[in-house]
Amino acid sequence: MDVISSVVCPVCGCCCDDLEVLVDNNRIVDVRNACALGAAKFLNYSGHRNTKPLVRKNGRLVEASLEEAIERSAEMLANASYPLLYGWSSTSCEAIRVGLELAEEVGGVIDNTSTICHGPSVIAIQEVGLPACTLGQIRHRADLIVYWGSNPWSAHPRHIERYTVLAEGRFQKGIWKRYLSRLVFESAIKRRYRVASLVFKGGSASPPAHEVFSQLLPPSEERKLVVVDVQRTRTADLADFFVRVEPGGDYDVLQALRALIRDEELDVDEVAGVPIETLEELADLMVNTRFGILFFGLGLTMSVGRSRNVEAAIKLTRDLNRYTKFLIMPMRGHFNVTGADTVFTWQTGYPYAVDFSHGYPRYNPGETSAIDVLTKDDVDAALVVASDPASNFPRKCVENLVKKPLIVIDSHMSATALVADVVIPSAFVGIEAEGTTYRMDHVPLPLKKIVEPPEGCLPDEEILRMMLERVRDIKGRESS
Amino acid sequence: MEFTLITGRTINQGRGREHGKFSEEYLVNVAVCEMNPDDMKRLNIKDGMNVRVTTEVGSVIVKARKSRRIKTPGVIFMPYGPWANAVLKPESEGTGMPLLKGLKANVEPTEDEVSNLKDLLIEAYGSSKIVKSEEQKLWM
Repeated sequence: MDVISSVVCPVCGCCCDDLEVLVDNNRIVDVRNACALGAAKFLNYSGHRNTKPLVRKNGRLVEASLEEAIERSAEMLANASYPLLYGWSSTSCEAIRVGLELAEEVGGVIDNTSTICHGPSVIAIQEVGLPACTLGQIRHRADLIVYWGSNPWSAHPRHIERYTVLAEGRFQKGIWKRYLSRLVFESAIKRRYRVASLVFKGGSASPPAHEVFSQLLPPSEERKLVVVDVQRTRTADLADFFVRVEPGGDYDVLQALRALIRDEELDVDEVAGVPIETLEELADLMVNTRFGILFFGLGLTMSVGRSRNVEAAIKLTRDLNRYTKFLIMPMRGHFNVTGADTVFTWQTGYPYAVDFSHGYPRYNPGETSAIDVLTKDDVDAALVVASDPASNFPRKCVENLVKKPLIVIDSHMSATALVADVVIPSAFVGIEAEGTTYRMDHVPLPLKKIVEPPEGCLPDEEILRMMLERVRDIKGRESS
Repeated sequence: MEFTLITGRTINQGRGREHGKFSEEYLVNVAVCEMNPDDMKRLNIKDGMNVRVTTEVGSVIVKARKSRRIKTPGVIFMPYGPWANAVLKPESEGTGMPLLKGLKANVEPTEDEVSNLKDLLIEAYGSSKIVKSEEQKLWM
């Protein structure tokens, strides 16, 4: 049995690079250091997958040779006048580069999953910029960590442990002990209430919120965690300071905080369900920190306001930099969504939603983004790479996608593959194929090949290159 | 009663995804609607009961689950996935991003069954493109 160390995890934007994978006879038997998501991927990737190319004939998907599948796909793309090339965030930067060449060749619109993730953040960053840093800086130096509209406990399980409050940094220590003692204290109170509710029937079984979560702040030199969210997530359980905002109220709260930081008086008692006293306390905490970081998630980008919410958050950090050092970073979802944005940008000048139909790259989210071209039923064919829009797009978009010739390159059988016309199985990048990925802080990391892929499953990059060559052949034949 | 529908990731949705989109693990963790216990009492919904979530776009049947994390009444939570997307609006208001958090929705108890992913796709997009069951053996 071989132990492969320093494996980069191909699941979320944390790209943890300390995994150890135990391999026996080309089979992964165990994985160490991974979170629930990482372990689930390494231990289950080989189930529920299709290893043969499928082509739809007489309404049914039937097995075909790779050459036939590539030929059919190339014909579909070459004959389309406005194809959509979507996905890209769960494959390597090398494959994305070929995908961009293909998009230019077929004159289509290419978009990555940022479009329904942190697309609005990108729009906001283009408006006001982004004071950023690497996660290593945060691990060692940050003394105030704010998660706003983000729940890393569920979506980035090792983020807190590796990069923020539970990590042992060189200049800042983890808050393990404090968190554990608070947990013991809170469960004791809860137990007391449970007993009381049994003795006095009709009494409340859980203590009133203000009693349990009395927010006693730790000494100022210690690291602190603030969570702002619409519900009390598991991340919020860890927090020293939790602020619950009404759904859709983030913009108001961010702007109120900006006003308070500028020492302005607010003539209201509460903003979006948050009492002014709480906001004043939070503003004090932010101003009096030495190195603060605000991580924001989809709570800002997917709710009312979208890019304007993110813009307000960035402007808040800009205001805070008059008093102290304060940075901001989006919590990127897929392991290579940052890479997709990066490769798109260095190839075309734009990070996502790039339209090649004019022969040169155009970018206009709201018009050239995947959701919009599908809602308006503009596209006449689609290529989906390592993504599952049939599960993740609103139904109206999927209806229009399903009607058109659809090609799927994916390593597992997804809902989109089920409704596709051509399905090409690929090797899992990061498990069966090498590649480069970008962590959420724009640090490039190498993905390893740990086991051999099943026979006939090629990496995305190779499949796309074959497809590109066939498209060029067909286009060349037409022009001559 | 009108609710605000919030969608998001959960750790079990993430695990279910890695087990495969057609797995039981994915179905039980994603085809759910988390609710405030007080709201459930008011609507006479028990934990694990099937409910119909309806928005201006359409409706979908999922399992109700009691959540002690949703403290504010009037808010429901569904994990990202095909069930939530069946009731979400595609309009992006010029940002490229549909409104995935904060749409208004109604919830009512129902006797109807929760559709698995394949049936959900057939209901939504017709059976012409969905593979026949025997062909599913290709990958399952």
